[in-house]
Amino acid sequence: MSALIEELPRLWEGFQLTLFLAVVSGALSLVLGTVLAALRVAPLKSLRVFAAAYVEVARNTPLTLVFVFVVFVLPTLGLILPLGTTPAIIALTAYTSAFVCEAVRSGINSVGVGQAEAARAIGLGTVATLRLVVLPQALRTVVPPLINVLIALTKNTSVAAGFTVVELTSTSRGLARDNPADVLALLAGVAVCYLLITIPAGLLAGRIERKVVFSR
Amino acid sequence: MSGNVLYDAPGPRTRRLERIGSVIFGVVILALGAWLVSSLAGRGVFDDRWAVLTDPPKGQSAEDVWTSLLVTGLGATLRAAVVAAPLALVLAFVLAVLRTSKVTVVRVTTTAVIELLRGIPVLLMMFFALLGFGLSAFQAVVFGLALYNAAIVAEILRAGLAALPKGQAEAGIAIGLTRWQTLRLVQLPQVVRLMLPSLISQFVVLLKDSSLGFIVGYNELLNVMKTNYSFFGSDSRLPLFLAVVLVYLVVNITLSRVAVLVERRLSTRGQKTVHADELAADPKATAPRP
Repeated sequence: MSALIEELPRLWEGFQLTLFLAVVSGALSLVLGTVLAALRVAPLKSLRVFAAAYVEVARNTPLTLVFVFVVFVLPTLGLILPLGTTPAIIALTAYTSAFVCEAVRSGINSVGVGQAEAARAIGLGTVATLRLVVLPQALRTVVPPLINVLIALTKNTSVAAGFTVVELTSTSRGLARDNPADVLALLAGVAVCYLLITIPAGLLAGRIERKVVFSR
Repeated sequence: MSGNVLYDAPGPRTRRLERIGSVIFGVVILALGAWLVSSLAGRGVFDDRWAVLTDPPKGQSAEDVWTSLLVTGLGATLRAAVVAAPLALVLAFVLAVLRTSKVTVVRVTTTAVIELLRGIPVLLMMFFALLGFGLSAFQAVVFGLALYNAAIVAEILRAGLAALPKGQAEAGIAIGLTRWQTLRLVQLPQVVRLMLPSLISQFVVLLKDSSLGFIVGYNELLNVMKTNYSFFGSDSRLPLFLAVVLVYLVVNITLSRVAVLVERRLSTRGQKTVHADELAADPKATAPRP
């Protein structure tokens, strides 16, 4: 236990890096995922096919393999990235945006066609229909699954441990090596760090979900 | 695209415009792809590095490379998944049953355990097994996959139990079964059938997560790929990587298709069941169903 307290600064550093990876790649994949979702519901078929192909490939490839591509394969194609967090952010964003896309798309599809028809029938234009009728409903259904995607992303940042990024999970390996007597206590400390992020986020998603169900 | 909430069903003029726009953007996407390929060609990507998949150098045969990838690599990946999945399922049953327990302490503890397992990265669980309990790499991979997916599958089963009509459990109690018998004989068989599509897609997640063995040093598909490209030199990374991606896509997309097929079959069967129930008042309709 004393080892855990002594090593708190290292744990804190790892925690910050995990949080940094999660926030930056979370924000980027929200943007990219929404763009992909827009392409997937676009009236132009070629855009739909392109986005659908990307999502299908990204969702069925293991994240570790995406990391391998960015860290080991891209340099052999002459594309050398700075070491450290950049490749991790690229890999996490490329992977997570496919899941964001699916969450957003199912949110849009969950709004009944009749809602938009009713909006048009009372004379609202395209923008007003979207702003006042469709998007408020779509956003509500989209938020809980999106939070779940972001929770998964937070846990997925641990994969960066295998690719020279010293975030929480990688820190746990270093801590275990340096304090062989207190391995379990240190690993438990790292687990608590993850739970500090994932459990409150999960509770939030559950609460919002219940509210949405109630208002329907 | 009719039936979309975002815009009205298109008329003939809009349909024509959409077709033209689609072709234009299609050409733009293809042009970008062509530009990417040609710039890669300019960097010498289309040289003899691809021979590693068909006629590899250094005295190896194509058969050696593909045997290592498909038999050793994919074999080890599937072995970890196939050992972990039943363990996860059994553990999930236990967790799901305990979670519906009438004893508050048991219920709360189980809920806490499930939340704990769901909130920790699979890789960290593997590190627990590897560094904390001193298990082998294979055991660590199975440990992480089984524990994590047990928590997820327990939630799937719980959702299934909640979705089942209340009358099922009540009928079980009414004919004199105990609560445990009702669960085992009446509810769980229906839940597994109802949730089969979700369970199959969770198996795809499990299969993908087995690639974390790459990090804890289990010799699965990704590690075999790495061994191969360390041997053949860094130029062979792209072809070997694409081969592995293809293997994963084929396996996972096949499984996902199976999940969709099962779902469709179950839903048509479900309709038939409802239909038969409606007719049940008619004595002639109570004949055994096919």
